[in-house]
Amino acid sequence: MKKYVCTPCGYVYDPAAGDPEHGVPPGTPWEQVPADWVCPVCGVGKDMFEPES
Amino acid sequence: MKGPFQAVPVTDKVYWVGAVDWDIRDFHGYATSRGTTYNAYLVMADKPTLIDTVKAPFADEMLARIRSVCDPKSIRYVVSNHSEMDHSGALPQALALIQPEKVLASAMGVKALQAHFHWDVPVQAVKDGETLDLGGERLTFMETRMVHWPDSMFSYLQGAGVLFSNDGFGMHLASARRFDDETPERFVEAAKYYANILLPFSDIVLALLDKVAKSGLPLKLIAPDHGPVWRREPERIVSLWAEWARQKPRNKAVVVFDTMWGSTDKLGRAAAEGLVQAGVETLVMPLRGNHRSDVATELLEAGAILVGSPTINKQLFPTVADLLSYLKGLRRKNLTGAAFGSYGWGGESIKLAQDALTEMGVATVEPVKCQYVPDAAALDAAHALGQKVAAKLKEALR
Repeated sequence: MKKYVCTPCGYVYDPAAGDPEHGVPPGTPWEQVPADWVCPVCGVGKDMFEPES
Repeated sequence: MKGPFQAVPVTDKVYWVGAVDWDIRDFHGYATSRGTTYNAYLVMADKPTLIDTVKAPFADEMLARIRSVCDPKSIRYVVSNHSEMDHSGALPQALALIQPEKVLASAMGVKALQAHFHWDVPVQAVKDGETLDLGGERLTFMETRMVHWPDSMFSYLQGAGVLFSNDGFGMHLASARRFDDETPERFVEAAKYYANILLPFSDIVLALLDKVAKSGLPLKLIAPDHGPVWRREPERIVSLWAEWARQKPRNKAVVVFDTMWGSTDKLGRAAAEGLVQAGVETLVMPLRGNHRSDVATELLEAGAILVGSPTINKQLFPTVADLLSYLKGLRRKNLTGAAFGSYGWGGESIKLAQDALTEMGVATVEPVKCQYVPDAAALDAAHALGQKVAAKLKEALR
Protein backbone atom coordinates (compact mmCIF):
# COMPACT_ATOMS: atom_id res chain seq x y z
CA MET A 1 0.00 0.00 0.00
CA LYS A 2 1.26 3.43 -0.94
CA LYS A 3 2.56 5.86 1.67
CA TYR A 4 1.60 9.53 1.66
CA VAL A 5 3.75 12.47 2.77
CA CYS A 6 2.49 15.65 4.43
CA THR A 7 3.94 18.44 2.28
CA PRO A 8 4.16 21.10 5.03
CA CYS A 9 5.77 19.01 7.77
CA GLY A 10 7.09 15.83 6.19
CA TYR A 11 5.05 13.36 8.27
CA VAL A 12 4.62 10.08 6.41
CA TYR A 13 1.29 8.24 6.57
CA ASP A 14 2.08 4.54 6.45
CA PRO A 15 -1.07 2.46 5.80
CA ALA A 16 0.50 -0.53 7.56
CA ALA A 17 0.79 1.50 10.78
CA GLY A 18 -2.32 3.66 10.32
CA ASP A 19 -2.87 6.34 12.96
CA PRO A 20 -4.62 4.40 15.73
CA GLU A 21 -4.32 7.28 18.21
CA HIS A 22 -6.63 9.25 15.95
CA GLY A 23 -9.03 6.51 15.01
CA VAL A 24 -7.31 5.09 11.93
CA PRO A 25 -6.54 1.39 12.49
CA PRO A 26 -3.37 -0.23 11.12
CA GLY A 27 -3.91 -1.52 7.59
CA THR A 28 -6.09 1.40 6.47
CA PRO A 29 -5.23 2.39 2.88
CA TRP A 30 -4.97 6.13 2.20
CA GLU A 31 -8.24 6.18 0.27
CA GLN A 32 -10.11 4.90 3.32
CA VAL A 33 -8.60 7.35 5.80
CA PRO A 34 -11.58 9.56 6.83
CA ALA A 35 -11.89 12.87 4.95
CA ASP A 36 -11.78 14.83 8.21
CA TRP A 37 -8.58 13.17 9.43
CA VAL A 38 -5.72 15.64 9.86
CA CYS A 39 -1.95 15.29 9.98
CA PRO A 40 -1.13 14.22 13.56
CA VAL A 41 2.02 16.37 13.49
CA CYS A 42 1.01 19.70 11.97
CA GLY A 43 -2.78 19.53 11.65
CA VAL A 44 -3.35 20.06 7.91
CA GLY A 45 -5.98 18.10 5.98
CA LYS A 46 -5.64 15.16 3.57
CA ASP A 47 -5.51 17.52 0.59
CA MET A 48 -2.03 18.62 1.68
CA PHE A 49 -0.60 15.10 1.31
CA GLU A 50 1.21 13.72 -1.72
CA PRO A 51 2.08 10.14 -2.63
CA GLU A 52 5.58 9.27 -1.46
CA SER A 53 8.01 9.28 -4.37
CA MET B 1 40.01 42.15 17.85
CA LYS B 2 37.97 43.89 20.54
CA GLY B 3 35.28 46.36 19.58
CA PRO B 4 32.24 47.60 21.46
CA PHE B 5 30.20 44.46 20.65
CA GLN B 6 31.64 41.49 22.52
CA ALA B 7 30.68 37.89 23.02
CA VAL B 8 29.39 36.74 26.41
CA PRO B 9 30.78 33.45 27.74
CA VAL B 10 28.07 30.89 28.53
CA THR B 11 30.53 28.08 29.37
CA ASP B 12 34.28 27.86 28.82
CA LYS B 13 33.60 26.76 25.21
CA VAL B 14 30.26 28.37 24.38
CA TYR B 15 29.73 32.08 23.70
CA TRP B 16 26.60 34.12 23.17
CA VAL B 17 27.11 36.10 19.95
CA GLY B 18 23.58 37.36 19.36
CA ALA B 19 21.96 40.77 19.12
CA VAL B 20 19.56 42.81 21.22
CA ASP B 21 16.55 44.38 19.49
CA TRP B 22 15.57 47.14 21.89
CA ASP B 23 13.13 48.69 19.39
CA ILE B 24 10.75 46.03 18.24
CA ARG B 25 7.20 46.37 19.57
CA ASP B 26 5.28 44.33 16.97
CA PHE B 27 6.64 40.88 16.28
CA HIS B 28 4.33 39.56 13.55
CA GLY B 29 1.30 40.69 15.52
CA TYR B 30 2.64 39.81 18.96
CA ALA B 31 3.14 42.93 21.12
CA THR B 32 6.77 42.71 22.21
CA SER B 33 6.46 45.46 24.77
CA ARG B 34 9.96 44.83 26.11
CA GLY B 35 11.68 44.16 22.75
CA THR B 36 13.59 40.93 22.12
CA THR B 37 16.95 39.32 21.53
CA TYR B 38 18.12 37.12 18.69
CA ASN B 39 20.57 34.67 20.24
CA ALA B 40 23.31 33.01 18.22
CA TYR B 41 25.93 30.82 19.85
CA LEU B 42 29.53 30.04 19.04
CA VAL B 43 31.00 26.70 20.16
CA MET B 44 34.79 26.92 20.30
CA ALA B 45 35.88 23.36 19.43
CA ASP B 46 38.65 22.36 17.01
CA LYS B 47 36.03 23.04 14.36
CA PRO B 48 34.43 26.26 15.61
CA THR B 49 30.68 26.03 15.12
CA LEU B 50 28.05 28.75 14.85
CA ILE B 51 24.56 27.82 15.98
CA ASP B 52 21.86 29.98 14.41
CA THR B 53 22.22 33.62 13.43
CA VAL B 54 20.17 36.77 13.97
CA LYS B 55 17.62 38.89 12.11
CA ALA B 56 19.20 40.35 8.96
CA PRO B 57 19.66 43.99 10.12
CA PHE B 58 21.69 42.72 13.10
CA ALA B 59 24.24 40.70 11.08
CA ASP B 60 27.06 43.18 11.76
CA GLU B 61 26.40 43.13 15.50
CA MET B 62 26.61 39.31 15.51
CA LEU B 63 29.78 39.27 13.39
CA ALA B 64 31.41 41.85 15.69
CA ARG B 65 30.67 39.68 18.73
CA ILE B 66 32.10 36.64 16.91
CA ARG B 67 35.27 38.64 16.12
CA SER B 68 35.79 39.27 19.83
CA VAL B 69 36.38 35.49 20.15
CA CYS B 70 37.74 34.31 16.80
CA ASP B 71 38.17 35.19 13.17
CA PRO B 72 34.75 34.44 11.60
CA LYS B 73 36.59 32.73 8.73
CA SER B 74 37.83 30.10 11.20
CA ILE B 75 34.24 28.88 11.78
CA ARG B 76 33.91 25.48 10.11
CA TYR B 77 30.30 24.47 10.74
CA VAL B 78 27.13 26.54 10.75
CA VAL B 79 23.99 24.95 12.18
CA SER B 80 20.52 26.32 11.43
CA ASN B 81 18.09 25.04 14.04
CA HIS B 82 15.20 27.03 12.57
CA SER B 83 14.72 28.79 9.24
CA GLU B 84 12.45 31.60 10.49
CA MET B 85 14.02 34.89 9.50
CA ASP B 86 14.73 36.17 13.00
CA HIS B 87 17.30 33.34 13.18
CA SER B 88 18.26 32.85 9.54
CA GLY B 89 18.09 36.40 8.21
CA ALA B 90 21.81 37.01 8.73
CA LEU B 91 22.80 33.60 7.27
CA PRO B 92 23.50 34.76 3.70
CA GLN B 93 25.79 37.58 4.88
CA ALA B 94 27.46 35.36 7.49
CA LEU B 95 28.02 32.45 5.08
CA ALA B 96 29.49 34.75 2.43
CA LEU B 97 32.11 35.83 4.96
CA ILE B 98 32.66 32.57 6.85
CA GLN B 99 32.78 30.12 3.91
CA PRO B 100 32.24 27.13 6.25
CA GLU B 101 32.90 23.49 5.38
CA LYS B 102 29.33 22.58 6.17
CA VAL B 103 25.96 24.19 6.72
CA LEU B 104 23.59 21.87 8.57
CA ALA B 105 19.84 21.84 9.13
CA SER B 106 17.02 19.33 9.57
CA ALA B 107 15.62 17.73 6.40
CA MET B 108 12.66 20.12 6.52
CA GLY B 109 15.08 22.94 7.34
CA VAL B 110 17.03 22.33 4.13
CA LYS B 111 13.80 22.81 2.16
CA ALA B 112 12.64 25.80 4.19
CA LEU B 113 16.00 27.61 3.86
CA GLN B 114 15.88 27.05 0.11
CA ALA B 115 12.32 28.44 0.01
CA HIS B 116 13.49 31.53 1.89
CA PHE B 117 16.77 32.34 0.17
CA HIS B 118 16.49 30.67 -3.27
CA TRP B 119 20.22 30.18 -3.07
CA ASP B 120 22.86 27.75 -4.31
CA VAL B 121 24.32 27.04 -0.84
CA PRO B 122 24.52 23.29 -0.22
CA VAL B 123 22.89 22.56 3.13
CA GLN B 124 23.41 19.13 4.65
CA ALA B 125 20.36 17.49 6.20
CA VAL B 126 20.97 15.95 9.61
CA LYS B 127 18.86 13.15 11.02
CA ASP B 128 17.11 13.03 14.36
CA GLY B 129 19.67 11.71 16.87
CA GLU B 130 22.66 12.22 14.57
CA THR B 131 25.87 13.43 16.24
CA LEU B 132 28.41 15.74 14.64
CA ASP B 133 32.03 15.62 15.80
CA LEU B 134 33.29 19.19 16.19
CA GLY B 135 36.77 18.02 17.18
CA GLY B 136 36.86 17.68 20.94
CA GLU B 137 33.15 18.38 21.25
CA ARG B 138 30.08 16.52 20.04
CA LEU B 139 26.81 18.06 18.95
CA THR B 140 23.69 15.89 18.75
CA PHE B 141 20.63 16.96 16.76
CA MET B 142 17.04 16.39 17.76
CA GLU B 143 14.14 17.02 15.37
CA THR B 144 11.38 19.07 17.00
CA ARG B 145 8.87 19.25 14.19
CA MET B 146 6.08 21.78 14.81
CA VAL B 147 7.78 23.15 17.90
CA HIS B 148 7.06 25.40 16.32
CA TRP B 149 7.73 25.03 12.58
CA PRO B 150 8.19 21.86 10.50
CA ASP B 151 11.94 22.57 10.24
CA SER B 152 12.58 23.26 13.94
CA MET B 153 15.27 21.27 15.72
CA PHE B 154 17.34 21.33 18.90
CA SER B 155 21.11 20.83 19.07
CA TYR B 156 22.68 19.39 22.20
CA LEU B 157 26.31 19.84 23.20
CA GLN B 158 27.43 16.62 24.89
CA GLY B 159 29.55 16.89 28.00
CA ALA B 160 28.74 20.50 28.83
CA GLY B 161 25.06 19.51 28.63
CA VAL B 162 23.93 22.61 26.74
CA LEU B 163 20.62 22.36 24.90
CA PHE B 164 20.44 24.87 22.06
CA SER B 165 16.68 24.91 22.00
CA ASN B 166 16.00 27.50 19.33
CA ASP B 167 12.54 28.96 20.02
CA GLY B 168 11.98 26.35 22.72
CA PHE B 169 11.94 27.87 26.24
CA GLY B 170 12.43 31.35 24.77
CA MET B 171 10.87 34.73 25.43
CA HIS B 172 10.79 38.17 23.90
CA LEU B 173 12.76 40.38 26.24
CA ALA B 174 15.44 42.89 25.28
CA SER B 175 17.99 42.99 28.03
CA ALA B 176 21.66 43.53 28.70
CA ARG B 177 21.48 40.50 30.99
CA ARG B 178 22.06 37.07 29.48
CA PHE B 179 20.98 34.65 32.22
CA ASP B 180 17.74 33.59 33.91
CA ASP B 181 18.87 34.39 37.45
CA GLU B 182 19.52 38.00 36.41
CA THR B 183 16.08 38.35 34.79
CA PRO B 184 13.16 38.96 37.16
CA GLU B 185 10.65 39.22 34.27
CA ARG B 186 11.48 35.73 33.02
CA PHE B 187 8.32 33.83 33.88
CA VAL B 188 5.89 36.54 32.76
CA GLU B 189 7.57 36.85 29.38
CA ALA B 190 8.07 33.08 29.01
CA ALA B 191 4.33 32.60 29.60
CA LYS B 192 3.49 35.22 27.00
CA TYR B 193 5.80 33.51 24.51
CA TYR B 194 4.26 30.10 25.16
CA ALA B 195 0.71 31.47 24.95
CA ASN B 196 1.27 33.24 21.65
CA ILE B 197 3.71 30.95 19.82
CA LEU B 198 3.58 27.42 21.20
CA LEU B 199 0.04 26.92 22.48
CA PRO B 200 -1.40 25.43 19.25
CA PHE B 201 1.31 22.75 19.32
CA SER B 202 0.81 21.76 22.96
CA ASP B 203 0.23 18.05 22.27
CA ILE B 204 3.47 17.94 20.29
CA VAL B 205 5.24 19.89 23.04
CA LEU B 206 4.18 17.27 25.60
CA ALA B 207 5.42 14.45 23.35
CA LEU B 208 8.72 16.30 22.86
CA LEU B 209 9.23 16.93 26.58
CA ASP B 210 8.61 13.23 27.13
CA LYS B 211 11.16 12.36 24.44
CA VAL B 212 13.76 14.69 25.99
CA ALA B 213 13.15 13.21 29.46
CA LYS B 214 13.45 9.64 28.11
CA SER B 215 16.69 10.50 26.29
CA GLY B 216 18.29 10.88 29.73
CA LEU B 217 20.37 13.80 28.45
CA PRO B 218 21.26 16.04 31.39
CA LEU B 219 20.10 19.61 30.71
CA LYS B 220 22.71 21.63 32.54
CA LEU B 221 22.01 24.74 30.50
CA ILE B 222 19.18 25.61 28.13
CA ALA B 223 20.25 28.19 25.57
CA PRO B 224 17.25 29.43 23.58
CA ASP B 225 17.31 31.84 20.62
CA HIS B 226 15.28 34.55 22.42
CA GLY B 227 15.73 35.86 25.95
CA PRO B 228 18.01 34.61 28.72
CA VAL B 229 19.98 31.37 29.00
CA TRP B 230 18.51 29.12 31.69
CA ARG B 231 21.47 28.28 33.91
CA ARG B 232 20.11 28.40 37.45
CA GLU B 233 16.91 26.45 36.98
CA PRO B 234 16.56 24.93 33.51
CA GLU B 235 14.23 22.28 34.96
CA ARG B 236 11.80 25.00 36.10
CA ILE B 237 11.06 26.26 32.58
CA VAL B 238 10.70 22.68 31.32
CA SER B 239 8.11 21.93 34.00
CA LEU B 240 6.29 25.21 33.32
CA TRP B 241 6.07 24.30 29.65
CA ALA B 242 4.55 20.94 30.57
CA GLU B 243 2.02 22.69 32.80
CA TRP B 244 1.07 25.23 30.11
CA ALA B 245 0.84 22.49 27.48
CA ARG B 246 -1.67 20.55 29.59
CA GLN B 247 -3.98 23.59 29.56
CA LYS B 248 -5.83 22.74 32.74
CA PRO B 249 -8.54 25.30 33.43
CA ARG B 250 -8.05 27.63 36.40
CA ASN B 251 -10.43 29.69 38.48
CA LYS B 252 -9.89 32.81 36.40
CA ALA B 253 -11.98 34.58 33.76
CA VAL B 254 -11.07 37.09 31.09
CA VAL B 255 -13.83 39.49 30.00
CA VAL B 256 -12.84 40.98 26.67
CA PHE B 257 -14.86 43.35 24.50
CA ASP B 258 -14.96 46.44 22.37
CA THR B 259 -17.72 48.99 22.37
CA MET B 260 -19.26 51.65 20.09
CA TRP B 261 -21.25 53.87 22.48
CA GLY B 262 -20.35 52.30 25.80
CA SER B 263 -23.24 49.81 26.00
CA THR B 264 -21.26 46.61 25.42
CA ASP B 265 -18.72 48.02 27.87
CA LYS B 266 -21.46 48.35 30.53
CA LEU B 267 -22.60 44.77 29.92
CA GLY B 268 -19.01 43.54 30.21
CA ARG B 269 -18.45 45.30 33.52
CA ALA B 270 -21.72 43.93 34.92
CA ALA B 271 -20.80 40.40 33.80
CA ALA B 272 -17.39 40.82 35.44
CA GLU B 273 -19.09 41.75 38.74
CA GLY B 274 -21.09 38.52 38.50
CA LEU B 275 -17.89 36.52 38.07
CA VAL B 276 -16.07 38.30 40.90
CA GLN B 277 -19.00 37.85 43.30
CA ALA B 278 -19.01 34.13 42.45
CA GLY B 279 -15.38 33.94 43.55
CA VAL B 280 -13.68 33.86 40.15
CA GLU B 281 -10.48 35.82 39.67
CA THR B 282 -11.51 38.19 36.88
CA LEU B 283 -9.69 40.42 34.45
CA VAL B 284 -11.53 42.96 32.26
CA MET B 285 -9.71 43.67 29.02
CA PRO B 286 -11.34 46.29 26.77
CA LEU B 287 -9.73 45.88 23.35
CA ARG B 288 -8.99 49.58 22.87
CA GLY B 289 -6.51 49.27 25.71
CA ASN B 290 -5.37 45.67 25.46
CA HIS B 291 -3.49 43.91 22.70
CA ARG B 292 -4.67 40.56 21.30
CA SER B 293 -1.42 38.94 22.41
CA ASP B 294 -1.95 40.10 26.00
CA VAL B 295 -5.45 38.62 25.97
CA ALA B 296 -3.95 35.33 24.74
CA THR B 297 -1.39 35.49 27.56
CA GLU B 298 -4.03 36.01 30.24
CA LEU B 299 -6.04 33.08 28.86
CA LEU B 300 -3.06 30.74 29.29
CA GLU B 301 -3.76 30.45 33.00
CA ALA B 302 -7.52 31.06 32.89
CA GLY B 303 -10.60 28.87 32.67
CA ALA B 304 -13.24 31.17 31.18
CA ILE B 305 -13.65 33.79 28.48
CA LEU B 306 -16.51 36.21 27.92
CA VAL B 307 -16.45 38.01 24.59
CA GLY B 308 -18.48 41.15 23.96
CA SER B 309 -19.09 42.72 20.58
CA PRO B 310 -21.49 45.37 19.38
CA THR B 311 -23.03 44.78 15.96
CA ILE B 312 -21.70 46.99 13.19
CA ASN B 313 -23.19 46.54 9.72
CA LYS B 314 -24.34 43.01 10.64
CA GLN B 315 -20.79 42.03 11.63
CA LEU B 316 -18.56 41.65 14.63
CA PHE B 317 -16.75 44.78 15.70
CA PRO B 318 -13.43 44.63 13.79
CA THR B 319 -11.19 44.40 16.87
CA VAL B 320 -13.30 41.51 18.22
CA ALA B 321 -13.14 39.71 14.85
CA ASP B 322 -9.37 40.14 14.95
CA LEU B 323 -9.17 38.68 18.44
CA LEU B 324 -11.42 35.72 17.70
CA SER B 325 -9.47 34.84 14.56
CA TYR B 326 -6.24 35.01 16.56
CA LEU B 327 -7.57 32.93 19.45
CA LYS B 328 -9.07 30.33 17.12
CA GLY B 329 -5.60 29.77 15.68
CA LEU B 330 -4.08 29.37 19.14
CA ARG B 331 -6.53 26.55 19.92
CA ARG B 332 -6.71 27.05 23.69
CA LYS B 333 -8.50 24.04 25.14
CA ASN B 334 -10.74 23.56 28.18
CA LEU B 335 -12.39 26.97 28.39
CA THR B 336 -15.89 27.90 29.51
CA GLY B 337 -17.55 31.06 28.25
CA ALA B 338 -20.21 33.08 26.48
CA ALA B 339 -20.75 36.03 24.17
CA PHE B 340 -22.59 39.26 24.93
CA GLY B 341 -23.17 42.59 23.26
CA SER B 342 -25.32 45.54 22.47
CA TYR B 343 -26.92 46.18 19.09
CA GLY B 344 -29.19 48.64 17.33
CA TRP B 345 -31.34 46.46 15.09
CA GLY B 346 -29.86 43.21 13.67
CA GLY B 347 -27.77 41.92 16.62
CA GLU B 348 -25.81 39.53 14.41
CA SER B 349 -22.49 40.05 16.24
CA ILE B 350 -23.60 38.24 19.39
CA LYS B 351 -24.39 35.07 17.45
CA LEU B 352 -21.18 35.41 15.44
CA ALA B 353 -19.11 35.68 18.64
CA GLN B 354 -20.97 32.81 20.30
CA ASP B 355 -20.51 30.64 17.18
CA ALA B 356 -16.81 31.47 17.12
CA LEU B 357 -16.47 30.40 20.76
CA THR B 358 -18.35 27.17 20.06
CA GLU B 359 -16.11 26.48 17.09
CA MET B 360 -13.09 26.99 19.35
CA GLY B 361 -14.44 24.27 21.61
CA VAL B 362 -15.45 26.61 24.44
CA ALA B 363 -18.19 25.14 26.65
CA THR B 364 -20.75 27.93 26.45
CA VAL B 365 -23.81 29.20 28.27
CA GLU B 366 -26.55 31.20 26.51
CA PRO B 367 -25.31 34.62 25.35
CA VAL B 368 -26.79 37.92 26.49
CA LYS B 369 -27.77 40.69 24.11
CA CYS B 370 -29.32 44.07 24.63
CA GLN B 371 -30.82 46.61 22.23
CA TYR B 372 -29.18 50.04 22.36
CA VAL B 373 -28.39 51.13 25.92
CA PRO B 374 -28.73 48.60 28.75
CA ASP B 375 -31.35 49.33 31.37
CA ALA B 376 -31.31 47.85 34.86
CA ALA B 377 -32.84 44.56 33.61
CA ALA B 378 -30.20 44.21 30.88
CA LEU B 379 -27.42 44.87 33.38
CA ASP B 380 -28.93 42.24 35.68
CA ALA B 381 -28.95 39.79 32.76
CA ALA B 382 -25.26 40.50 32.11
CA HIS B 383 -24.52 40.08 35.81
CA ALA B 384 -26.37 36.75 35.76
CA LEU B 385 -24.36 35.75 32.68
CA GLY B 386 -21.18 36.23 34.71
CA GLN B 387 -22.61 34.07 37.47
CA LYS B 388 -23.72 31.34 35.05
CA VAL B 389 -20.27 31.19 33.48
CA ALA B 390 -18.78 31.08 36.99
CA ALA B 391 -21.03 28.13 37.90
CA LYS B 392 -20.13 26.25 34.72
CA LEU B 393 -16.43 26.97 35.31
CA LYS B 394 -16.68 25.60 38.86
CA GLU B 395 -18.10 22.36 37.40
CA ALA B 396 -15.19 22.16 34.97
CA LEU B 397 -12.74 22.68 37.84
CA ARG B 398 -14.14 19.82 39.90
